[in-house]
Amino acid sequence: MSDTQTSMEHVTDPHMADHPSPRKYVNIAVILSIVTAAEVAVYYISSLSRTVLVVLLAIMAFVKFALVVAYFMHLRFDSRIFRRFFVTGVLLAFGIFGIVMWIFFVVGSGPSPAVGS
Amino acid sequence: MATHEAVAEHHTSTGLDNTKLAMWAFLGSECLFFGSLISTYLLYRNRVLSGPTPHEIYDIPYTSVSSFVLLMSSLTMVLALAAIQRGDHRGLRVWLLATAFLGMTFIGGQIYEFTVFVEEGLKLQTSTFGSSFFVLTGFHGAHVTVGILMLLMLVGMSLAGRLDPAAEGARKVELIGLYWHFVDIVWIVIFMIVYLVPTNA
Repeated sequence: MSDTQTSMEHVTDPHMADHPSPRKYVNIAVILSIVTAAEVAVYYISSLSRTVLVVLLAIMAFVKFALVVAYFMHLRFDSRIFRRFFVTGVLLAFGIFGIVMWIFFVVGSGPSPAVGS
Repeated sequence: MATHEAVAEHHTSTGLDNTKLAMWAFLGSECLFFGSLISTYLLYRNRVLSGPTPHEIYDIPYTSVSSFVLLMSSLTMVLALAAIQRGDHRGLRVWLLATAFLGMTFIGGQIYEFTVFVEEGLKLQTSTFGSSFFVLTGFHGAHVTVGILMLLMLVGMSLAGRLDPAAEGARKVELIGLYWHFVDIVWIVIFMIVYLVPTNA
């Protein structure tokens, strides 16, 4: 087979045929770069309160996360079963986080700073 | 269109490729793994009785560049997939090598960062902050390293002509690409939580 053969006949997965064009991938990467730059810029705005800063950073990280998962990992174009597997993992991760925080800060009085003392 | 005529049916009960399903299940389980490590870090990052604090030691401009490098490696990875979907094996190898190079740059940066932190007095055993930081970012670095090895393996397979037919080859590239993008999204979260969100102190 020729190294430079470019026929779309090579695409044999129906979902792969729906994948975005390279140009769209580059556009997504540009958006990701801009959001990353915005994250760093927001970090240096000293007038923002901690709460506002955390909310802004969380929104921007979510946008980046969603763009990569939807377009680069093609979850937007793939079977819903794949989406369910991944979303379940993400939700369980949040669950773990919530349980850990609950154990330490509601049931207990926070983690011990014993190491290094 | 020839694309749909050439569709190879997946002979599974779901009609989906089992290897891809397994990869998504694996990535879902990895969410739990990194979720646990990030939770641990959040618990312990303010517990510093000795050694430097996060605020004193992080170099945000340096880490921002590292993050940008890893983010761009996701672009080159997806361009590698697009190349093999076109049957362009030369393009595939170029983009895979570019992705591996960006990954190695990120890992090199992480090794340098770790070296600087150790010189400034933050070691694995210095404080609970140090322990949770090195374990979290170290495990992420190990995942990136495994990804680089898999990318180089794909380049070798392409050179040996073992990614043909292109349909089967594209599936292999897509699976490793999914893993690579996953380590990228984990870093998106780590960069935000570990480096950018200020500590309570």
